[in-house]
Amino acid sequence: MIATAGRNPAKRRRTGYISNIIHNPMLYLMALPVIAYYIIFHYLPMYGIVIAFKDYVPARGVLESNWVGLKHFESFFSSTYFPRLLRNTLSINLKELLFSFPVPILFAILLNEVRSTKFRRISQSITYMPHFVSTVVICGLLVDFTKSTGVITNIFVALGMPRINMLSVPEYFQGIFIGGIVWQSFGWDSIIYFAALTGIDPALYDAARVDGAGRFRQTLHVTLPGIAPTIVILMLLRIGSMMSVSWDRIVLLYNPLTYETADVLSSYVYRIGLTKMQYSFATAVSLFNSGINILLLIGANTISKRVSENSLW
Amino acid sequence: MNTEISLYDATTVRNRKKRSTGERAFDILNISLILLLVMVTVYPLLYTVFASFSDARALLKHEGALLFPLAPYTLQGYQMTLSNPNILQGFGNTVAMVGSGTIIGVTMTMIGAYVVTRKKFKLRGVMMKGILLTMFFSGGIIPTFFVVRGVGLYNSFWSMIIPSALNSYNLIILRTFFLSIPDSLEESAVLDGANDMQVLLKIFLPLSLPALAVITLYYAVDYWNSWYPALLYIRDRKLYPLQMFLRELLILNENVESASGKQMVSEVYTRELVKYCTVVVSTVPILIVYPFLQKYFVKGVMIGAIKG
Repeated sequence: MIATAGRNPAKRRRTGYISNIIHNPMLYLMALPVIAYYIIFHYLPMYGIVIAFKDYVPARGVLESNWVGLKHFESFFSSTYFPRLLRNTLSINLKELLFSFPVPILFAILLNEVRSTKFRRISQSITYMPHFVSTVVICGLLVDFTKSTGVITNIFVALGMPRINMLSVPEYFQGIFIGGIVWQSFGWDSIIYFAALTGIDPALYDAARVDGAGRFRQTLHVTLPGIAPTIVILMLLRIGSMMSVSWDRIVLLYNPLTYETADVLSSYVYRIGLTKMQYSFATAVSLFNSGINILLLIGANTISKRVSENSLW
Repeated sequence: MNTEISLYDATTVRNRKKRSTGERAFDILNISLILLLVMVTVYPLLYTVFASFSDARALLKHEGALLFPLAPYTLQGYQMTLSNPNILQGFGNTVAMVGSGTIIGVTMTMIGAYVVTRKKFKLRGVMMKGILLTMFFSGGIIPTFFVVRGVGLYNSFWSMIIPSALNSYNLIILRTFFLSIPDSLEESAVLDGANDMQVLLKIFLPLSLPALAVITLYYAVDYWNSWYPALLYIRDRKLYPLQMFLRELLILNENVESASGKQMVSEVYTRELVKYCTVVVSTVPILIVYPFLQKYFVKGVMIGAIKG
């Protein structure tokens, strides 16, 4: 095998595949629907991105429409929306990272310090619950709680805020949006950190105690370093999806009054593309969005590799 | 899970030591913080349940925390919710979607995970890389929309299922599980003349029931809560899943509220009530089964995390 491989690799590989198929027909038959699914619903849309460089006309289809180069990108970058969308996307993401990322870590550490197994179990069960509530219901409750007579509004009115529909005020939108995400996800997201905490060697705690460390210092010097690799990996994944704000949530919560702080790249793509039918332009915006995503992911991974030897690939 | 057990050992070892005053203060602070977080999590859900049994007028006037339903208690909201044709229709569509989507999803995930873990399958590496790539990069909603329309799924029930038939995260969970099944089982079955389909159904399926339970639940919950494929691909209201009607009721109701009129006033009140009742009705099925299935859900996170 090895000797022939050097002589005529191309031919060998082809016959290799053919004989592989002949010997395992059932295996290939089984793989067929799965491969077809990925090609049709994942790779075909990737090919469809070419319309970002074309003037898509429905009557002519993707293939026949005229190439226009970077026209759509240029008009997007020079449009008045561009700075606003970029600002909102970055701002929502950074705030989300700042608030929704540390809460699960903190929660897992707090839980880990609880002595009563029962108390811990019940706390976990309750805080996992919102994860299973649908986005529509979560956003619906947010809309209801922040209307002028809503529960959350009542709290803020008691604190001195005027009575208004909070979701009609641009300054409040990002806070409400991120609050909803933290509320829904902190319990569930803590599972993975909690699992990492269980992997820490108890001997390390004993050693710390012998050295005179109290519970707080143990947390600081044993627990945190113990779950640091998990934190880094999850942070990397999070940064990789940095620019892809869940547009469905935004679309459910925003309205023309709050576009100024609420409209992000992905919600703009949805609105311009599917409700205003500017297909090519919207695809260009979307491609810009995922391009930045990939750059961020690669960047974060490279930095992490250098600094801490944790990486995704 | 055994990881959990080792944690308990770790904490009991620490429990044996005497507690100082500082330690006790630490515990009290810790427990209060957790209680605060738990209460913040559960209160919106409880509020919704309380509100759904409350008198709508009293509810609108009520300020401050709602700690019990407001008298006069009423089941009127539930009566209206459960006799609303839209909601019943949506319920039916959602159940159909959960059923068929889960069956298709689990089947596809099983064969997918099986083929990418077979050493004799030459496309294995390429296929796995191809799957991983789709988790970081996608064509975006517009090109996907074109494909869905192009293959003739637009405005059909199946447009809510087929384009998301297989979830790559679930595939990776099952793949991790399949990798732990020894090759020798497959080899001996093949010697007995079994083909791959038979190996999958007779050996892998019975051995991986816990992992299959996890992904079945993930698919079922995802489909139960799914709404935006319907937003993108469905025009016919008869095909709307429950979540789409919920969206109309919860999010888009502003227009209805502002269209006032004398006889509308009472309608506004009942609308409020119906809102909370619908949330309860649509969420309860999941929250009822949830405590029994919790360990499976959590297991899924763990298996997925090993590779992720």
